[in-house]
Amino acid sequence: MKDMIEIIGLEKNLSGNMVLRGVNLNIKKGSTCVIIGRSGCGKSVLLKHLVGILRADKGRIIIDGKELSLLTEKELDILRLQIGLVFQGGALFDSMTVGENVGFGLIEHEHVSGKEVLERVEESLGMVGLSGISNLMPSDLSGGMKKRVALARALCIKPQIILYDEPTTGVDPITADSINELIKNLHDRINVTSIVVTHDMRSAYRIGDNIAMLYQGKIIAQGTPQEIENSKDLIVHQFVNGLAHGPITENIRLL
Amino acid sequence: MFDNLFIIVGRHIISFFYFLGGLANLTFKTIYFSFTPPYKKDRILEQAKKAGLDSLPLVSLIALFIGFIFALQTAYFMQRIGSELYIASLVALSIVRELGPVITALVVAGRVGAAITAEIGSMQVTEQIDALETFATNPVKYLVVPRFLALSLMLPILTLYADAIGILGSYLICVFRLGISSSIYLRVTFEALWYKDIFTGLSKTIFFGMIIAIISCYEGFNVKGGAEGVGRATTRSVVFSFIMIIVADCVFTALFYFIFP
Ligand SMILES: Nc1ncnc2c1ncn2[C@@H]1O[C@H](COP(=O)(O)OP(=O)(O)OP(=O)(O)O)[C@@H](O)[C@H]1O
Ligand SMILES: [Mg+2]
Repeated sequence: MKDMIEIIGLEKNLSGNMVLRGVNLNIKKGSTCVIIGRSGCGKSVLLKHLVGILRADKGRIIIDGKELSLLTEKELDILRLQIGLVFQGGALFDSMTVGENVGFGLIEHEHVSGKEVLERVEESLGMVGLSGISNLMPSDLSGGMKKRVALARALCIKPQIILYDEPTTGVDPITADSINELIKNLHDRINVTSIVVTHDMRSAYRIGDNIAMLYQGKIIAQGTPQEIENSKDLIVHQFVNGLAHGPITENIRLL
Repeated sequence: MFDNLFIIVGRHIISFFYFLGGLANLTFKTIYFSFTPPYKKDRILEQAKKAGLDSLPLVSLIALFIGFIFALQTAYFMQRIGSELYIASLVALSIVRELGPVITALVVAGRVGAAITAEIGSMQVTEQIDALETFATNPVKYLVVPRFLALSLMLPILTLYADAIGILGSYLICVFRLGISSSIYLRVTFEALWYKDIFTGLSKTIFFGMIIAIISCYEGFNVKGGAEGVGRATTRSVVFSFIMIIVADCVFTALFYFIFP
């Protein structure tokens, strides 16, 4: 299988803070890659590069054979419509109803009838277990519901690539499990390529074909869930087992 | 000590030019996207309603009182020199040429501009602007263009309305308090007003509308630092809009003075 996403030597400096220092990561078409790493290590920043919200200082990003920095604005927009990004905070449009949020991509870009939009919206909301709330406003939703609506919004445009930024943080364990199932289903049935950022190791082992760990601006380990779980690398070992003591925390103290 | 002063002043000057550059850049983009399809009429109408219709009560109130005040203040002097009749022409000219446009613009900057900055600013801090981009929707096209067009369209209309209400206010004072006859008041008013007065008064408000839209959107997009940042940006947006409106007004007045003597 060819690579759907290739990240080569990606560097990014955000207001004087070297957040990414040469990230290399390849993701095969149709596979799910889980990215783990400590809070603030740049996972969200990495995802934002893949949809062109942030531009790389250095390095290349190749998606579906197209290098992002070489695309015109129009070509980039076409590519963006094949990618769904589920923002960490939801980023729902709060001036619109849930239905308008979920159908946003369709309403803006596809010439479909109002009836079809409604159907697609309901279908997407159904997938995240929230049918029948399309008339509510985002401010009427709980945090976990917002997250799922954001997921539905990304699904509604039927993207080939879905980027999930902590999809199960802040939702109850049962919903978290159904979201994991959904991610797995999308992977098994319609062959989407996904990147899932998560802190939840249990989900990571369940849904990932691959797990990559981001640490100090670089991918320091990558492998199958088994490989990561049994990694001899002390940093990876400390992280996946959630230990308070180890090289990660000692390093911080040294800095 | 002086080194520091230079550095501080220098920094302010640089950030001021940076600000102007940002405004110019946003203006060009906005004008470019105003002329590229698809055109979304609904969004312009929605903004026009927010900027225009919803401002009517406040504009009415302020214009009416300005009319009252201006009539009384003018009357004070005109009565001294025994020419009450000219209150009508003086009020009409001042309101149509100057007070109507500027006061309407300031009211709209405070009411609508501040709301735009707060709305776009909170969209910025909650990543909604980023989300627009991921749906291949240009934020300038989607957010700025409708506000820009709506404001530059609605401000002349609001101003015309404010002019009428202001003159009405002065009419009420003159006819019911100072005992000037209604027909004479109206005749003197219409004789005083030439087309060019109305034209120069209204044409500059198109630019005031653009100024308000561009500054308030720019400040919204550049919000940094959460809810507090939104508050700060809203203040900045109103302050800069006021300054720019007054500066632009001065420029236009000078320009018109020499073009249409
Ligand atoms: N727009 C920005 N401007 C300046 N610095 C930023 C910006 N966005 C992120 N950063 C910095 O980049 C670093 C990484 O942020 P990021 O949001 O990617 O973390 P994260 O790995 O997603 O963490 P979490 O798991 O808590 O979401 C942080 O130190 C943050 O301060
Ligand atoms: Mg994050």
